Amino acid sequence: MNTQTIAGQSVSVNDEGFMTSYDEWNEDLGRELASMIGIEELTDDHWAAINFLRSDFAERSETPTLRRVTKVGGIPTKQLFVLFPKKPAKKMAYVAGLPKPKGCV
Amino acid sequence: MKQLLVLGAGTAGTVAVNKLRRRLPADEWTITIVDSKPQHHYQPGYLFIPFGTYGADEVTKPKAQLITDGVDLIFGEADIVKPEQSIVVLADGTELSYDQLIIATGTHPRRDQTEGLDSRHYGETIHDFYTLEGATRLAQVLDGWKGGRLVINIVEMPIKCPVAALEFMFLADAFFAERGIRDRVELTYVTPLDGAFTKPVAAECLGDMLERRQITLETDFMTMEVDGDQKMLVSYDEREIPYDLLVTVPVNMGADFVDRSGLGDELNHVEVDRHTFLSDDHDNIFALGDAANLPTSKAGSVAHFAVDVFVDNFLQHIKGQPMTGMFDGHANCFIEAGNGKGMLIDFNYDVEPLPGKYPLPGIGPFSLLKETAANHWGKLGFKWTYWNVLLPGRYFPFGPDMSMMGKRMPEAKSPRPLQTSRSIDWMQSATDSEPDQQLDHPHAIKGATK
Repeated sequence: MNTQTIAGQSVSVNDEGFMTSYDEWNEDLGRELASMIGIEELTDDHWAAINFLRSDFAERSETPTLRRVTKVGGIPTKQLFVLFPKKPAKKMAYVAGLPKPKGCV
Repeated sequence: MKQLLVLGAGTAGTVAVNKLRRRLPADEWTITIVDSKPQHHYQPGYLFIPFGTYGADEVTKPKAQLITDGVDLIFGEADIVKPEQSIVVLADGTELSYDQLIIATGTHPRRDQTEGLDSRHYGETIHDFYTLEGATRLAQVLDGWKGGRLVINIVEMPIKCPVAALEFMFLADAFFAERGIRDRVELTYVTPLDGAFTKPVAAECLGDMLERRQITLETDFMTMEVDGDQKMLVSYDEREIPYDLLVTVPVNMGADFVDRSGLGDELNHVEVDRHTFLSDDHDNIFALGDAANLPTSKAGSVAHFAVDVFVDNFLQHIKGQPMTGMFDGHANCFIEAGNGKGMLIDFNYDVEPLPGKYPLPGIGPFSLLKETAANHWGKLGFKWTYWNVLLPGRYFPFGPDMSMMGKRMPEAKSPRPLQTSRSIDWMQSATDSEPDQQLDHPHAIKGATK
């Protein structure tokens, strides 16, 4: 576990740079994290996805899958690939300050 | 008389009724279990069928033989649960009332959820091994196969027995080597996750298992459709993977009646408390086994450990007492590695798979996160234990809680340098290539040509 300074704030991150504490996140950090993976501007559509991830995680203690973002969050999968190119599940989790989707090993 | 109604006579439902019948007084409680199919399948055995190790008859037994006396077994399909009236309506219109309901109808592969998987090519160039029919058909195909591109793809997580796709690849590698045609077979493992191993310690211990076997890994691949005519897997980000033989692990979903009854999440898995399995919305509905939306593996071992915790809780619950047992998400899975070796993983909600010995600290005989012959024999021997000890609900010497005894944390690596802007490691993988590069080699995937 490391500490990293992002957007002027000291936050806990894991080896891959994912934030590890739900409560340390705020929107400024989200914008900075997005810029670190090449997303320069977060539009309303980006925020709709990020906000869904945050609120769903608060309720279920699990990062939602793409299917859940699509079916429950109402954002089509294709659009998620446009907003967060190539690796939307991982990139959304990164920007939202949540754990990446994992398997069992 | 009070009525306990159980939907689904798979691993969780069968163990639950067999244990509860001994604990619930026969003059106070009737127990009824409903299932649509007469045969119980030992699902971990499916993996061995495509390679000729097991035949279909070795993994099935009549459900009627496995349910203890004093439990009514009804063959039928649930159509809807009406929680407000505490009744279940079956597809033939029969109404069953309950005081307590357990949903244990599992999770099932759904080819219909992915475009092209349910096509006329299924059974010819598209196969699966998560059904007895699919695994049996695949055995015939592999037996006569002359080689080519064999691709396995996991469409979406979560899936039951999540390591089975990896095991399939390890066994396929050994199978083709034994037949002397390994050099004519390209094996590709396609996953929506960012690696074959995504937990840090497992990745450290097992990370080179695919490379050593020359199995190509394609990560972050969200399958959009399967083009059966072109024999091509297509992802949402327009990557294409050609195959000669596709072995697919389709989207897994719970039963449709769960959705119709308003009890499920987006995959029809019942929303329950992760420690007690009590429905979030109804005080007399539980879900056990793969049917529940627990954030741990969907696996028989989880169902077994969960039922151990559940039985005592249930007895408290029906007396109006608070449930004191807390399931920790314990899972324990053998992983076949091929060539007579296997691995074992043991983990829960909070602790990732770690190396060490199991079940006896320092002794084993099984080794965690390591390929050994003992682990392979443990996996094969488990079939007997399943039929004879686990399903009847007999005493099993290992309790449901995961133990840290015998496990060790590998020494911490030296801290990696902090990542700076534009240098996030996972942004740099080969699959992140620009579209124009992909156009140069529209069908080429990393390492696919040897």
